[in-house]
Amino acid sequence: MINTMPHFIFLIALILLFIAMILVLIRLYKGPTLYDRVLSTNSFGTHTVLFIGVLGFLSDRPDFLDIALLYALINFVATIAILKFFRYRAIGDVLIKRELKK
Amino acid sequence: MIDTFTNTVLFVMLVLTALAIVRMERLFAVVMLSSVFSLLSALLFVTLDAVDVAFTEAAVGAGISTVLMLGTIALTKPEAKRPRHTAFVPLIVVCVTGAALVYGTLDMPAFGSPDAPAQTHVGPDYLSRTPIDIDVPNAVTAILGSYRGFDTLGETAVVFTAGIGVLLLLSGLRRRREDEDEEI
Repeated sequence: MINTMPHFIFLIALILLFIAMILVLIRLYKGPTLYDRVLSTNSFGTHTVLFIGVLGFLSDRPDFLDIALLYALINFVATIAILKFFRYRAIGDVLIKRELKK
Repeated sequence: MIDTFTNTVLFVMLVLTALAIVRMERLFAVVMLSSVFSLLSALLFVTLDAVDVAFTEAAVGAGISTVLMLGTIALTKPEAKRPRHTAFVPLIVVCVTGAALVYGTLDMPAFGSPDAPAQTHVGPDYLSRTPIDIDVPNAVTAILGSYRGFDTLGETAVVFTAGIGVLLLLSGLRRRREDEDEEI
């Protein structure tokens, strides 16, 4: 499997990606503030996208790239939802209406 | 060799995340960790070539259920309650169930083995019959939509029922909240 130069480079990228993932996981577990955790979750989603891309090129099937793009979209929506939760302390409209009345 | 390496690293990260979820007290961090857990299992599905399952796992686990759990935290408390009983009996139940599941996999053919029943007659049969019977280029779509049509219909009915149940529960909750607001 590893016989050409690009494969070797992709393998190194995979290993470095794993190290980055573990660092993000450590930050997610220890993270003193909530913003550290949101940031590390978002960054782990980005690592997922990169991992699928690298794995596709490593196994000679770059068709996985468009799937990786879909993961980027999911990651974006999840981050928006989390940040909305931070801003309003609610996801739906019920609690917001309540706070406005106060 | 690379597959073994990738699977091992991903599984180690998965187990570490699961342990972190169990030990964590703040529920917000638990939601974040479970989203990462779901992304990691999606990556494992990708390495096993089940890209569609992986995508469902990521969309439901990291997308929808994160949002739903955050909504639940907004309606309840953000801290975990300390359990009053010991975790000994649940641990034994989990270990026995896990051992039974692992024992069940021992009889199964190895992953990707050409001798598996699915590879010897089921798969080739579907592949050869699909163009004649249904004339759809995608064999998976043909199996889901036609050969297993009743199965898919049942699944859709289950999901539809669950959706109606959730809508009913939520509408009742909203009415009660509005009543409370009027009292205030």
